[in-house]
Amino acid sequence: MFNFLKRFWQRLSTPSKAGVGFVLALGFVGGIMFWGAFNMGMEATNTEEFCSGCHAPIVEEIQSTIHYSNRSGVRAICSDCHVPHDWTDKLIRKVQASKEVFAHLIGTIDTPAKFEARRGHLAAREWDRLKNNNSQECRNCHEFEYMDFTVQRSRSQAQHSTALADGEKTCVDCHKGIAHQLPDMSGIEGWQ
Amino acid sequence: MKNIIKSCIFILATALVSQTYADDEMTGYSNGGVESLRGSTELYEVSDPAMMKNHQADRKPYEPQFVFQPPLIPHQVRNYEVDSKVNKCLSCHSFKNARDSGAPRISVTHFESREGLALADVSPRRYFCLQCHVPQVDADPLVENDFEKVESLQ
Repeated sequence: MFNFLKRFWQRLSTPSKAGVGFVLALGFVGGIMFWGAFNMGMEATNTEEFCSGCHAPIVEEIQSTIHYSNRSGVRAICSDCHVPHDWTDKLIRKVQASKEVFAHLIGTIDTPAKFEARRGHLAAREWDRLKNNNSQECRNCHEFEYMDFTVQRSRSQAQHSTALADGEKTCVDCHKGIAHQLPDMSGIEGWQ
Repeated sequence: MKNIIKSCIFILATALVSQTYADDEMTGYSNGGVESLRGSTELYEVSDPAMMKNHQADRKPYEPQFVFQPPLIPHQVRNYEVDSKVNKCLSCHSFKNARDSGAPRISVTHFESREGLALADVSPRRYFCLQCHVPQVDADPLVENDFEKVESLQ
């Protein structure tokens, strides 16, 4: 038995040159293919088509808003706001999304009525996420550093130069429902 | 085969007849040369749309033209949600929020029931702001008129 193990180990520790080359090449090519496929998968699950596969009614809601249709034609798609851009955070969010795939399979929000009933919960989750990362997905485009208060309206100026500048508030504290309809807002700060 | 040909001819004939009938019907409703607000466009034609009006961003509100005129809205209201769940307008103009936001407060008339009794909150019949208040635009009157403000507003 011991001899067998010894021979096996020798074989492993002194492989033929061709074998080493083959294994390395296989690892290299396999690595590239895996990485490519992995990133392609990440990208494919970031497209609007993919999102609207399940969330079609919500995707429709954005179409009347400024983030879809505006004078200059720059627009945001779902993943611009709902998936972090930074790679590690993105991966974490994607893993969390597996729970949402489960919810899709058991049909948690598969009718408009069910979705409407859960809208508050879903919105609150997203508000929390944005509050915890200081509205990072807003700031990916709307960078505070480059905001010119002189071309903002007086009310925006007043809020941005104080509460936002201090870090006391973050974008989503005031800008809720900018791309979707809102849930029942009674009891939420700043709303009637 | 014969049957198929027969039914094909029948379908074609029906289509032809109904088409001619439809054409007759169309011309039957012509405007008879009368010009109206939509110009002299025939009723079954689509008239050229008027140019879109640009909303005026944050200007002084236009002066009221008559007593009890609902004030015009001097700002954008794009995507302002007003429904059973939420009222975006009230998040600045309600009694509670007007002081902080610096926006004009809705008047007490919004708290009156149809019978004139005071309610604890905005009356449902006054809840849908955009029914009476509209954003102000720089638009010419649709028809020429010699309307004048009452003396007290002049």
